[in-house]
Amino acid sequence: MKKQSAQTLVPGGTQWHPLALERSQARVWRQAGLKVTLYGFLLVFTLVWVYPFAWIASASFKTNAEIFSKGLDLAPSTLSLENYARAWDVANFSQYFLNTVIVSVGSTVLTVVMTGMAGYCFGRYEFRGKRPVIVLLATTVFIPTGFSIIPIFDLAQRLRLTNSLLGVVLAETGTAVALFILLFASYFSTLPRELEEAARLDGAGFARTFFQIMLPLAQPIMATVAIMQFIASWNSFFFPLVFTLARPDLRTLGVGMVAFVGEYSVDWAGMAAAATISIAPVILVFVLLQRWFVAGLAGAIKQ
Amino acid sequence: MERRSGPSGVNLPGDAVWIYLFLFPVGLLYGGLVLWPVLAGVYNSLTDWRGFGGNRAFVGLANYRELLEDRLFWNALGNSFLFMAINVPIRLALSLALALLLNSATLRFRSAFRTAIFLPVVSATAIVGVVMTFIFSPFNGPVNLVLLRLGLISTPIDFLSDATTALPTVAAVSIWKWTGISMIYWLASLQAIPGELYEAARVDGASGLQIFRTITAPLLVPFAVIITLISIVNMLQVFDLVQTMTAGGPFYNTEVMEIYIFRHAFSAAMGVPRLGFASAAAIFFGLTTAALALIYGAGLRFSARRRAEMTRP
Repeated sequence: MKKQSAQTLVPGGTQWHPLALERSQARVWRQAGLKVTLYGFLLVFTLVWVYPFAWIASASFKTNAEIFSKGLDLAPSTLSLENYARAWDVANFSQYFLNTVIVSVGSTVLTVVMTGMAGYCFGRYEFRGKRPVIVLLATTVFIPTGFSIIPIFDLAQRLRLTNSLLGVVLAETGTAVALFILLFASYFSTLPRELEEAARLDGAGFARTFFQIMLPLAQPIMATVAIMQFIASWNSFFFPLVFTLARPDLRTLGVGMVAFVGEYSVDWAGMAAAATISIAPVILVFVLLQRWFVAGLAGAIKQ
Repeated sequence: MERRSGPSGVNLPGDAVWIYLFLFPVGLLYGGLVLWPVLAGVYNSLTDWRGFGGNRAFVGLANYRELLEDRLFWNALGNSFLFMAINVPIRLALSLALALLLNSATLRFRSAFRTAIFLPVVSATAIVGVVMTFIFSPFNGPVNLVLLRLGLISTPIDFLSDATTALPTVAAVSIWKWTGISMIYWLASLQAIPGELYEAARVDGASGLQIFRTITAPLLVPFAVIITLISIVNMLQVFDLVQTMTAGGPFYNTEVMEIYIFRHAFSAAMGVPRLGFASAAAIFFGLTTAALALIYGAGLRFSARRRAEMTRP
């Protein structure tokens, strides 16, 4: 506060020499020039950056012949929804979409609740075996999917969980918990004790204290975990791929897309529509909730 | 006044039961999907095992011996590291530059720019992979059209089928895909730098470049350690983008480790699956990643120390 006022005082407090004034005008012009260059650069950069989205959206309205014959022209000659109908019904993307939502939402909710519960215990209580388990969690944060996929598939098959969406949900959840438990634990450990103590001494039980008082206080970290897990499970491909090899009706969007390419290899317009169906809704959700996304991810790096 | 936080002072009888009850569900999943696979993976790697549900015959270290002699294994390991080595430096430099530009509070539309750059992150990777095969298509794909029109090339390039361009192309797409998330991490780090430092420097008449060199860069180092290591480990585990863009081709030129493992364990391309052999590859790869995770741990401790020094008044 003090420094800022000192800064604004400098130009006003000095009697400006005419030459200095001229120089400062030159500086204003140079800064304006810089600003225009900056905006110009950012505009061109972001337009190129999002061009693939524009291209695929435009291709989804074109005919198969048009897609690669119209060159760089993004405008389709007709605005036909035929490709969408084909992708949605014939290629079964309505089903894939639903499956993806079930997997992503299911695993996000499960992850937030379960890692929140565990993080609460680690962050606020002392119990036997706590230290070694935290070390264990930290060392297993980065186990690659390719490393564990075979035993996980084997286990899931014995439990008859392959060829089911529940299996995909559990696999997506279980392999991601280590980092999130640590994030929750470190957040919970910084919360003041008073509220919790008051609740406990008023007779609220362990579970009630957690769900009604502590978990709501952890909203920022819940957002972080929910968003990271949602992005990860919406993006995920390896688990849904191997878990649905024998059940095409359980495919997620990504797996369905690859199958589509394999089955109808020349239906580019249909693929473009299918891709748009897969991408557009998440982009919409992201744009609506972007404040949360940015704050949530930033929370992960700050912890 | 002492701020009271951390482990609760309340420890009522019966809490221990609740604690284990709270830990049970996640412990079950963690045990089954993280710990068990490590142990089972080690055992599986010592067996000859052809197909889920089939019998496992103990063969000792035979799989590892075969692995070390498999040219394609070293090829895949090399490709994984090459992919990471192309992606990480370029992506981190690009995302840092964007974060520095977009961090200015006076910049208008900055959240619109940020949103645009972040869009690829929320788009499912496998879908992006398929879309990109169109974008880089040699048959009037937009990238080739632009290059032709600019006169940079005279005949279209078949980016994904050419041995020299396939891996760099997929790596370039992965840079595009993940720059947004690195940018958000950088922005969060930049915002953790106390604003008074900048004001003081400006009052002292420091130039933008000087400010970056003497204030921003040194204070970013601890965050850079974390961001870099997350990126390295994530990029070594690339699977979906490569699988959907090239499936490891042409002639194994883009086959990274996870595709190598997938090919031996699940793909029909091999005929009979070789799960024991694939497990050995997975263990070898897992140990490589574990070594990096150890470096990560050391880096994290270093970074925590630096951050503590930074925030100390």
